[in-house]
Amino acid sequence: MSRLHGLASPARFLRLADRVQPWTGWGAALLIGAGLVVGLGFSPADYQQGETVRIMYIHVPAAWMALFCYATMALGAAAGLIWRHPLAHVIAHSAAPIGACFTIVCLATGMLWGKPIWGRWWVWDARLTSVLILLFLYLGYIALANAFDNTARGDRSSAILALVGAVNLPVIKFSVDWWNTLHQPASVTRIGAPAIHDSMLAPLLLMAAGFLCLFLTLLFVRVRAGLLARRLRALRHARAHAPAVGGMDTGTGLS
Amino acid sequence: MNAFAAALGRELRLAIREPGEAATAVMFFVLAAILFPFGVGPEANLLARIAAGVLWVAALLAAMLSLERPFLGDYEDGNFEVLALSPLALSLVVAAKMLAHWLTTCIPLVAASPLLALLLDLGGGGYLALVAAMALGTPTVSLIGGVGAALTLGARRGGVLLSILVLPLLVPVLIFGAAAVDAAIAGLPVRQHLMVLAAMALAASALCPWASAAAVRQALE
Amino acid sequence: MNRARSDPAIAFSGRALDCMRGDRWVFSGLEFALGAGDVLVLSGPNGSGKSSLLRIMAGLLAPVSGAVQWHGADIADDRDAHAARLHYVGHLDAVKLALTVAENLRFWAALRGERDGIDRALDEFGLAPLADLPARFLSAGQRRRLAPAPPPPPARPPRFRPAGQRRRLALARIAASAAPLWLLDEPTVALDGEGVAAVHAAIRAHCAGGGCCVVSTNTALDLAGAAALDVGRYAAGPAVRP
Repeated sequence: MSRLHGLASPARFLRLADRVQPWTGWGAALLIGAGLVVGLGFSPADYQQGETVRIMYIHVPAAWMALFCYATMALGAAAGLIWRHPLAHVIAHSAAPIGACFTIVCLATGMLWGKPIWGRWWVWDARLTSVLILLFLYLGYIALANAFDNTARGDRSSAILALVGAVNLPVIKFSVDWWNTLHQPASVTRIGAPAIHDSMLAPLLLMAAGFLCLFLTLLFVRVRAGLLARRLRALRHARAHAPAVGGMDTGTGLS
Repeated sequence: MNAFAAALGRELRLAIREPGEAATAVMFFVLAAILFPFGVGPEANLLARIAAGVLWVAALLAAMLSLERPFLGDYEDGNFEVLALSPLALSLVVAAKMLAHWLTTCIPLVAASPLLALLLDLGGGGYLALVAAMALGTPTVSLIGGVGAALTLGARRGGVLLSILVLPLLVPVLIFGAAAVDAAIAGLPVRQHLMVLAAMALAASALCPWASAAAVRQALE
Repeated sequence: MNRARSDPAIAFSGRALDCMRGDRWVFSGLEFALGAGDVLVLSGPNGSGKSSLLRIMAGLLAPVSGAVQWHGADIADDRDAHAARLHYVGHLDAVKLALTVAENLRFWAALRGERDGIDRALDEFGLAPLADLPARFLSAGQRRRLAPAPPPPPARPPRFRPAGQRRRLALARIAASAAPLWLLDEPTVALDGEGVAAVHAAIRAHCAGGGCCVVSTNTALDLAGAAALDVGRYAAGPAVRP
């Protein structure tokens, strides 16, 4: 029975994923589609920023998702370390590249937005800079997770790193904010102003919900692929070792 | 406490028997810092403006160089297995390594920094602040670096990976370390910057040995 | 095997141990029990999990399921206490080459608050004349990781240059301070006849004093009254049934 320990729960997860995935997939398509239509077609242009404000409908949800993915990753890592459950590690590993992509989307849209507003592709704005460091935390995590021949080593090392990073993120955020106020006049317009009109809030929330559904869909796909990759490894190991055990057996075992 | 002293003594002895690591780090620090004038030109004003940041960045990079060996050496020759099974808690074993790294690598870097600052013509008030900020900031570097070194034990490309993992986490130290020097040159109070650096070192010394020990323990499985 | 948990004669025992390395099952349902003064010899083909079992016994490796107990208490409950009561010698010699032979020993003894056993341990393993020599000058013996060749037979005549001096130093480490449980992973590998005899003598003395010892080996050991455990008997099948 214990031999099935590593598989029982993933199988249940995959059954659940199979049932939920169509909903999240179609949900993502519809919500993002609706968000784009409303955001690009029906929401008003900003009186200061003009049409460029529409970049916000992708930029801001992407930034939220970048943080949400890191939280998912850190929670998966913590669960994997505490309960030693491979599924939690697979979830953490699967969330990381998705989060890195949302981070890149956030940075790219931030740069596209910055060119007309600031006149430069990159300004060392506090939020963008924090997100840039977040990207490197993601890349470090992914590099460490793949740096070991032994899957379990990669799982646990990267999990500890994810937690160390999670503890450090607020410190980094605070430091970068402080550094930014120190070095830059506060006249720079911040992206995603806090006071936002309802007509802009609707497409923003539609897009955020759509991105969340997209994340879940991609997560299910990646977790399934990750579990299959592990299963494949286990089968190959079993194939490599099965004849050896039979051939070298002293005759007492495996009866 | 005796066991911790024994562990620290062993680390120091090993570092002294093989002084190349610390010497390499200091040489790298000096070289990296004196490359900047070649890159940006010799104008005194410009160099004075960037000196604090250049020295901090160079010191962070140099400190990464000597982090790997105290951990990887004990991992590869089996000493960590026995250390993990000794009556001394593993978090104290790694704490001894971090402290030894600070004493043998970071203190020489701190000592070399005013000389380099002289070459870069750091403003008058900056020297004391530079030494104080480096002395208070580098413990965090050794502590967080020790976590990275433990995480990359046995990894492919461990040394480079270590830097990639650790350097983003050290951005706060860099920000406050360089800001302390800038504040001193501008005639502003330095105390709060130094206190933030000290606070970070204290928080890191509470958390990092524990995280590093967890990383070593899982590496031994 | 008698496995009453409350049996006071049983000092060290393991129950229903399952072990997995990487993605591979190594053994499952493994049981063992030792009383005070007992020696348990682990045997089995390469890869059957002798080393993994010793690491589980030491608490370095957590079994997937099952428990190891010392006088009825689970070792996972108090790892530090378990570490304090055992000596472990693994595949690697755990010798610092930059330190002298005596410094190596003194450090390990100092960790356990021991000062007096060092000279005796040096004598026991024939290292006394080399005490002030940096360990990098000691002969390494064969490299185990690269070529796990069979170790020399016990009754070999002394060689011109004694083999496995670093291995002797690793073993002198455990003789230098007292611990009731010894876990030795192929301790005689790379040793010449004299060294093997010293290991046997040390194990016999340890057990005569009421200690427990678990030894893994590929060769016959000269230890009268030792119990044997064939780890290969507990080999687990393929991890995944298609």
